Amino acid sequence: MSGAATFIEAFADEVGAEGPVAVGGGRTRWSVGGALDADARVLRAPVGIVDYQPEEMTVRVGAGTAVSDLHGVLAERRQRSALPERPGGTVGGALMVGESSRYRLGRGHVRDALLQAVYVGAEGQTVKAGGPTVKNVSGFDLCRALVGSLGTLGLVAEVILRTQPIADASEWRRADGVEPWSLPVRLATASAVLFDGTTTWVHLEGHPGDVASDAASIENEGFVRTDGPPEMPAHRWSLTPAALAGLDHDSENPYVAEVGVGTVHRTQAQPAPSLDPMALELNRRIKAQFDPTGRLNPGRLPF
Amino acid sequence: MLGRKRSSSRRTHDPCAAALIEAIGAEKVQVDSAHRALASRDASIYSGGSAGPLCFPTSTADVQACVRVAAEHGRAIVPRGAGTGLAGGTVPLGEPVVISTTRMNRIVEIDTDNRVAWVEPGVVNLDLTRQLAPLGFHFAPDPSSQQVCTIGGNVANNSGGPHCLADGVTTSHVLAIEVVLSDGQVVMLGGLEADSPGYDLRGCFVGSEGLMGIATRVAVRLTPDRPAVRTLLLAFDEVRDCAAVVGAVIAEGIVPAALEMMDKNTVVAVEAFVGAGYPTDAAAVLLVEVDGLDAGVSAHAARIAEIGRAGGATSVREAADDEERALLWKGRKTAFGAIARIKPDYYLHDTVVPRGALPDMLETIHDIVERHDLMVLNVFHAGDGNLHPILAFDGREPGVYDRVHDAGDEIVKASLAVGGTLSGEHGIGVEKRDYMTLLFSAADLDHQNRLRQAFDPFCRANPGKVLPSGHSCADIQALTAAPKSVWV
Repeated sequence: MSGAATFIEAFADEVGAEGPVAVGGGRTRWSVGGALDADARVLRAPVGIVDYQPEEMTVRVGAGTAVSDLHGVLAERRQRSALPERPGGTVGGALMVGESSRYRLGRGHVRDALLQAVYVGAEGQTVKAGGPTVKNVSGFDLCRALVGSLGTLGLVAEVILRTQPIADASEWRRADGVEPWSLPVRLATASAVLFDGTTTWVHLEGHPGDVASDAASIENEGFVRTDGPPEMPAHRWSLTPAALAGLDHDSENPYVAEVGVGTVHRTQAQPAPSLDPMALELNRRIKAQFDPTGRLNPGRLPF
Repeated sequence: MLGRKRSSSRRTHDPCAAALIEAIGAEKVQVDSAHRALASRDASIYSGGSAGPLCFPTSTADVQACVRVAAEHGRAIVPRGAGTGLAGGTVPLGEPVVISTTRMNRIVEIDTDNRVAWVEPGVVNLDLTRQLAPLGFHFAPDPSSQQVCTIGGNVANNSGGPHCLADGVTTSHVLAIEVVLSDGQVVMLGGLEADSPGYDLRGCFVGSEGLMGIATRVAVRLTPDRPAVRTLLLAFDEVRDCAAVVGAVIAEGIVPAALEMMDKNTVVAVEAFVGAGYPTDAAAVLLVEVDGLDAGVSAHAARIAEIGRAGGATSVREAADDEERALLWKGRKTAFGAIARIKPDYYLHDTVVPRGALPDMLETIHDIVERHDLMVLNVFHAGDGNLHPILAFDGREPGVYDRVHDAGDEIVKASLAVGGTLSGEHGIGVEKRDYMTLLFSAADLDHQNRLRQAFDPFCRANPGKVLPSGHSCADIQALTAAPKSVWV
């Protein structure tokens, strides 16, 4: 605790109360939401696992810690988090970008992983959002406001994450020419169903017997074992799950869709979605409330 | 302020009420004292409320009209669902316009392609799940009050329930919300797309206890029913052993669908009420449900029974069929009703503690209650450490409210001292508002208030709740000064 308190204080001192400032993680999604203003100081968030309680299924970790390092430690107790692993990607970065892993169908949205965040506000004050327990409705849900905020409401120093058990069995299966749309409901162990217009990839995880029975149930549709998922194009589109069936083949802009979720990975970027004018106004008001001078991650905005 | 008319009268001297009648029709506005008295309370023992005109809108446009009239007359608004809240969240302070959602109770659309249902806020939780059953889906949050509580209330309180252990609470099951803000504007928060652009306004609104506006339409996620379910009842001679088995199951990497604990007092009350065959000689029982596919469910059920026996379980019973399972759950879900057979009044907190702290915490609660010469019944969501120590009492007994209040206060402080939190699923409302400073710093509360002010700059929506005075909007300080004598 005292170590954590010290690293939070040191981070708050670095952030200070004046001047444009940002936090850089692994910079795996550095361009999302616009380019950072050139005059912003770029800081690193604290690194390290502060407290891991496997039996509580929670872990307290510095936001600058690499997700792969965190997952390496959690894996020793057969646990993980819902955060996506990108080479070099950090815990804070994954939360601030708010993009879920490709296993969202089974493992949940990245925002559901965050239980508590300690962050530094625009005036240099240290703020705690949420709480350390796996269930908590005490006060307004600032954690949900932070996830996906691109660090524009506060600079996160340390978080408490919910962990999940790693399943005893997991495997990828693939088949060509099948209709993938009903698979997320038919397969109780499916944590990902991916579709590129021709090929379907299914990731099953759970009890070995359940994975085997789900795998057997789709064997006559031509599903065979495969090593892993396809290469994902770089850009993310956000559609409704039902809209995926209407995706057209486009050799200029191929896709891999997350069936049952609605995320589509494509080579070209999605045209900027238009926000409901009142929702846009609420976004602006939130930013103005938390960062009236616009010093946090200037140049980047999630809306 | 309001004319003291007989309940049959539609006439009123309150110009705001007259304007509401003008705006949405006399049949949708109640101004008589009987209706207002009913709307002045919820299911908690908090009785400091005082309702103004009570509106029953049937559309989003009606809600907008009510909100605009209230604003024109300088009155606050308080949304109200079924009134089952346990923290005074919908108890109106200062004669605000109370907006009941109970007539907005249509299931608008069930869209299995997107695994979503659009519902109005007054739809009853269990009615939705019953409608979904033939399609093989359900709405995952299942509070004990699910037979009467509304989806709008679930959204306001970010409600949980026994089966939220594996599936998560309401926020994980709400995709989009149409909201009327406190200035009467309508906004859609979130959406059915995988991710909505901008800040997670939807996530900010869920659990905001009516302080950010009124939900008028909600898109809820449909959860597929699992093919296999097994329900176990483990009995223990020692409360401590029972609590320790909770942590042991989770530590094994097993997250059951539900993991509920009941102590002897509760079991005796419940058994007399439903006759489910609960072991009334046990010191405590665990009700555990696992669901999924056959192999995993069988393996987990067997392992939980093993862990239970190794941890001191004297018996392990498995529900033989759906009927027996339903009976066991009926016992759990009607526990609060069963308690009325023992004492006429009850009061509870719903703090959460780390699972590992449960054995000690239950002893602490026992000591606190004994010291205050009260009776406690523990029936709670043990799997996520969410306590519900129910202090049962007879309000006619002189001085009993002070003892109940003091014991509750000590339970809250003891929970926070072991790294817990104030509320797991019931919300803060007015009842736990002044405890917020024990959990949050002035800077933390300031940021919560900033979020609220982004949605409601005028602090018109359900003022006086959640944030303690001094950390809330300045113009409602007068409202937040609830009299000390509200414990009636």
